[in-house]
Amino acid sequence: MMEQLKAKKTGKKLGEYGIFLVLIAMFILFSFIAPNFFDINNIFNVARQVCTLGICAVGMTIVLITGGIDLSLGFQISLANVVCAWLMVNGGLNPILAVVITILMTTGIGILNGIIIVKSHVAPLIVTLAMLNILNGLSFMVSKGLPIFGFDKSFSVPGQGSIAGIPISLLIMIAIFIVGAIILKKTYFGRYFYAIGSNEEAAKLSGINTGKLKIFAYGLCAFLTSIGALLMLSRTNSGLSSNGDGFEFNVITACVLGGVSASGGKGTIFGALVGVLIVGFLENGLLLMNVNEYTQLVIQGIMMLAAVVYDTLSREKNERIKKIKAINVNNQV
Amino acid sequence: MVNKNILELEKITKLYPGVKALDNVTLSFRRGEVHALVGENGAGKSTLIKTISGAIEPTAGTIAVEGKHFESLTPTLSRENGIAVVYQEFTLVPVLSAAENIFLGEFIRKGLICDRKAMNARAAQLFKMLKIELDPNVKVEDLTTGYQQIVEIAKAVAKDAKILIMDEPSAPLTTNEVEAMFNIVDTLKERGVTVIYISHRLEEIFRLADRVSVLRDGTYITTKNIEDTTKDELISYMVGRTLKETYPERNNSTDEVILEVKNLSGNGVENISFDLKKGEILGFGGLVGAGRTELAALLFGNARITGGEIILKGKKVDPRLPEEAIASGISLVPEDRKNQGLILDMTVKENLTAASMKRLSNKGFVNAKAEKEFTNQYVSSLNIKTPSIDQKVKNLSGGNQQKVVLGKWMGTDPDVMIFDEPTRGIDVGAKQEIYKLMVDITKSGKSIIMISSDMEELLGMSDRMVILSKGRLSGILEKEECTQEKVLKYAAEGKDDGTIES
Repeated sequence: MMEQLKAKKTGKKLGEYGIFLVLIAMFILFSFIAPNFFDINNIFNVARQVCTLGICAVGMTIVLITGGIDLSLGFQISLANVVCAWLMVNGGLNPILAVVITILMTTGIGILNGIIIVKSHVAPLIVTLAMLNILNGLSFMVSKGLPIFGFDKSFSVPGQGSIAGIPISLLIMIAIFIVGAIILKKTYFGRYFYAIGSNEEAAKLSGINTGKLKIFAYGLCAFLTSIGALLMLSRTNSGLSSNGDGFEFNVITACVLGGVSASGGKGTIFGALVGVLIVGFLENGLLLMNVNEYTQLVIQGIMMLAAVVYDTLSREKNERIKKIKAINVNNQV
Repeated sequence: MVNKNILELEKITKLYPGVKALDNVTLSFRRGEVHALVGENGAGKSTLIKTISGAIEPTAGTIAVEGKHFESLTPTLSRENGIAVVYQEFTLVPVLSAAENIFLGEFIRKGLICDRKAMNARAAQLFKMLKIELDPNVKVEDLTTGYQQIVEIAKAVAKDAKILIMDEPSAPLTTNEVEAMFNIVDTLKERGVTVIYISHRLEEIFRLADRVSVLRDGTYITTKNIEDTTKDELISYMVGRTLKETYPERNNSTDEVILEVKNLSGNGVENISFDLKKGEILGFGGLVGAGRTELAALLFGNARITGGEIILKGKKVDPRLPEEAIASGISLVPEDRKNQGLILDMTVKENLTAASMKRLSNKGFVNAKAEKEFTNQYVSSLNIKTPSIDQKVKNLSGGNQQKVVLGKWMGTDPDVMIFDEPTRGIDVGAKQEIYKLMVDITKSGKSIIMISSDMEELLGMSDRMVILSKGRLSGILEKEECTQEKVLKYAAEGKDDGTIES
């Protein structure tokens, strides 16, 4: 009986790391078929490109775990890009001040999302979809649809610079992943996020301030998104209102590929990281193979669909196994 | 010779990996009898029912329905042979009418259009047969739980059921509703329907059943004619040892008032006043919908208070959130264990510590060692049976799940614990343990408010009783006044009679 339980446990572990094997397989495959893929410069290049995706994925993972979703994330990036660029170029503000204002503004948008969701009980999908449109319009209004560029040279350091050969943006992303993992694994907030996503009613009746924590989750996600957006701006050196268009799709794909459940209560930061790397290397590998943008979209869409279907089906299968286990336990003890 | 058995199970075995859920069970049901099936949780009752209804396939054995032998049934095959099931969870569509629900999937139609008139007429006929007064046109969501169940039963028998399986049908019902349901069972029996009746409440079985069969750990123990057995005997068969359903001796109530509720209103209750003494178990009686759970929500900060006050240990409290109620020393063991009490997908440890996380953390970081010690302490002191503290709580039996909820709240060291239906859906052995734990809690100087629809439990456990009716206080009974008649009288007060309303 105990042996059987153990066997089930390792079986589940394999499932959890299955996606990791997919990443390795994909990496090896591209190394053979995509020209210049297995090259340290290309890999650092990918690392620079995925850092925005990665940082946003940490925030989105937390929101998804609480059972929510933030579709406005992509245009939070756009707005943060154009506002920061506008403040520096048109407003003549010192980059540090512009960065602080941008972070505060974006975090504020996240908190606003959270407050509306908590107070109105409208589904997060709808609230953030509406917010997506608002932010889309706002970022176009700020930039008038034109790129804003011509920043101070120092501004490009975080996105393009390196320390001891390692991209600074990569270091920032790693630091944020570590902090995210600590929040989810080691703090009681982390436990609360999972509790809310698993059963909000029971969580509330256990004395968890579910409203405050959900607002916090959206705020934190937007805060991280602003960091990711600023690194993107620093890398591209150009504030454009289309910079973040559709970005939330990549972020959610990465999270779900990494096993973060779109219905809440399940997922890890490590899983999200694996998902981010898959999305990043896939995009890069396909690009190197001269696969066009639209084909890439098709492939990404299929991957997300596969991940979600797999997640749901394996949960249903698990339910069945659990039921059998429950009978075992009841009869045994 | 005409076979008087309508359903015969022969040597039914159901194996799940590593365990026998049913072990060689041979059992037969007679035409037109009410046959009760009893056993503790995990005894195999549900598996047996699922075998009959075709939800699962037995590993070995045969099922004979009216002499036709089957190796296994499918849900369709089971239906075609006149077997119907009334499940614990209702399968009704709330926005459809009673008649529409009864004929769901087999609407009477004129071409593409649903023939409401014909359906209503057929449903009315059915209700008449069941001796029930109910408008077939009324939406199910507008019915009381009791009537919803009647619709559920009508739905099951509408398709000429010869065998009706009822799984814990009385669990969600109030005393009066239960009586109405009993009458329907009697009527069905008169009409020659065989009823297989499953219930934890043994008194119901003595009221209804002709025969009773006992299962234990997946094996068949015995079948008795109801007049040849007693409750104590059945319990001893069920648990395999002699165990009386008794209530532990106690004398912990003091004169010191710990909680005073004055003219409290809100959430559908109005003007409720009572006090709770230190070490007391204060029972809350009344019909379902009388406002007891709603009152508990007010005390626990889970609903808005519109008037009156709550005074706890001499200090006025005004909880706006459960978080605040817990901080001031009130806790709630909710009635719906699976949706409100527990996070089923989380582990025993995570559930036990859920209300004490802040205390078990240092600057936001969970102290893993303290958490483990806390968990182990309650697992052992409450005798929670689980393979490990990292086991998901949904894999535990009902009784052990309830102990996890209890442990969660005992861990917050509350002054007042509200228990809403503390033993619903829990087997006899675990019930005793819960009762004993409640008495231990009062012994340590804490006070309990116990909401219960189980009359015997209410009478057996309460030091005093508060009875609500239609959201208002209808009486407070001292210990020596607590009798079933008085409780029922006060509970029904404000109504013309004791019957259920539609």
